[in-house]
Amino acid sequence: MTATATGSGAGTSRAGLGVTALWLGPALALIVGVVLYPAVELVRASTSDYSITGLRKGAAGADNYRRVLEHPDLSTVLLNTVVWVAAVLVLSIVISLGLAQLMSKEFFGRRLLRWAVIVPWAASLVITARLFMLLLDYNYGILNQVLLSAGIVDTPVDFLGDDRFTMPSMIGVGTFVTLPFTAYVLLAGLKGIPDDVYEAARMDGASPWQAYTRITLPLLRPALMVATVLNIIYVFNSFPIVYTLNDRNPGFAHDTTITFMYKLAFKSAEKSVGMSAAAGVFNVLLILVVVLAYLRISNWKEATDA
Amino acid sequence: MSTTSIARPAASGPAGRTAGPAVQRPRGYRRVRPYVLSVAGLAVAALFALPYVVMLLDALRPSGDVLATPPSFLPREWQWGTFGTILSDARFLSWLKSSLLVASVSTVVVLVVAVPAAYFTARYRFRGRTAFLLLVLATQMFSPTALVVGIYREFFQLNLVNTYMALILTNAAFNLAFAIWILQGFFASIPQEIEEAAHLDGCGRFGTLWRVMLPLTLPGLVTTVTFTFIAAWNEYVVALTLIQDDARKPLTVGISSYVTGYEQNWDQLFAASVIAIVPVVILFAAIEKHLVGGLTAGAVK
Repeated sequence: MTATATGSGAGTSRAGLGVTALWLGPALALIVGVVLYPAVELVRASTSDYSITGLRKGAAGADNYRRVLEHPDLSTVLLNTVVWVAAVLVLSIVISLGLAQLMSKEFFGRRLLRWAVIVPWAASLVITARLFMLLLDYNYGILNQVLLSAGIVDTPVDFLGDDRFTMPSMIGVGTFVTLPFTAYVLLAGLKGIPDDVYEAARMDGASPWQAYTRITLPLLRPALMVATVLNIIYVFNSFPIVYTLNDRNPGFAHDTTITFMYKLAFKSAEKSVGMSAAAGVFNVLLILVVVLAYLRISNWKEATDA
Repeated sequence: MSTTSIARPAASGPAGRTAGPAVQRPRGYRRVRPYVLSVAGLAVAALFALPYVVMLLDALRPSGDVLATPPSFLPREWQWGTFGTILSDARFLSWLKSSLLVASVSTVVVLVVAVPAAYFTARYRFRGRTAFLLLVLATQMFSPTALVVGIYREFFQLNLVNTYMALILTNAAFNLAFAIWILQGFFASIPQEIEEAAHLDGCGRFGTLWRVMLPLTLPGLVTTVTFTFIAAWNEYVVALTLIQDDARKPLTVGISSYVTGYEQNWDQLFAASVIAIVPVVILFAAIEKHLVGGLTAGAVK
């Protein structure tokens, strides 16, 4: 067990440069060509000046960065992003812990539950976003209809237009579509915990709650980390939900960094590819910083090598 | 792999000893437990499915009824023909074809590229191994959405705007990290002895990988296929930016044109959406068991 599972799991064989290039070449080519090169292009675009039709007019130095930093809506967008990422992340992890627990139990209808949980994952985000736009609509939304007939509200709630409700609505939908992936990763983690550990705990007289906090949660840590890291990246970059649900509202009042970046180039008064690229660079750096900070705080290496 | 840390919390829980049978759940609960779980499970299942049931019902009513006030849960008038209309719509069929093509070719590319890379990093020590793994981890942190402007400029220079090739390359590249990550964990967890035995039986490196290792990593492969296929199937921003030719749009982008400022065919939008979900749900349901196994190894590693 230890021989193969410790460290990074490398075997004993050594390989020369030629052999290495043969096995890793295609992967490297794809990563360098389609991920790193666009990243370089993004940086280059961010220091260039473009006409509104997208033609390069010349170098712009740090102008685009300055214009992004001086953008009057930047602080709103950053605050929105923090609220959006933190809320969706925490809500999905907490709810998924319960959901995965339920999905791991044996009962009549479990299969149906597992299939139903998959649906929001299988559906395209754009479609789910449009669907919720309709469900939450002021005039035609079924949710308002339900709330009205149940007597919870007297007048319909403008979930996607009222500033007080727009972000919470987005967070709700964002969490809903993040749950399937998160719950499945945690379910996989739960399945990896051997039964005899619980057996031993029961013999020792541990209550279910003690067993959960002292055995399940610590052993679930690697799965929790995978779910958290990937979700930070996914939620940060989640475009369709924020873009679609917020479509009606002018300006950047409910935008996150990713939709802000997109609108700067394609759908705003600025129509500036350069500014958008600069915002894109900031965005990538922001994700890197947040993920690295998380990995550092949570001791990634120790957890995965445990 | 972490048996020591498993044993610790259980053994060192002194509070548990004194509690004894007092914390045993009451007898009655044990008897109703299956029913409680079933009711809870089915209720949660209904909650997840509900929005999409509404979507199906919206596909089965005239477009005008979708935007009627007050809204009604069941269609006021059932209109069964929409699915037929969609399935015989040449535009829809070309979007469906684009999505199927882009998603399946991207998945194949990911497998062909990720399997050797993952196997090699799991089994060999070589110069730059750590650098390669860090590079993979770094790609994991990028998404095409964050780089969309750079991607557009690159494919613009390569004259690949408006091509399937651009979408396939993008989808494959951005899903590669996850695939290598998951598969590497799988390969590393297979005991070296199994491979050595295959060697002694006269299998070459490649033969061993193909005939011995791949069957053993089936759950990992299934997980990789699912993730890549779904991600490519549902990719939106890059396709929205790179594809202008209507016939080459994938479903995600194409479907949106059923409801625009000019025409509002909500029934068609939702019928098309239901059709787009079905193949993925079937795929998922068929492999769900492997998926749970696959994510485990990936997560533990």
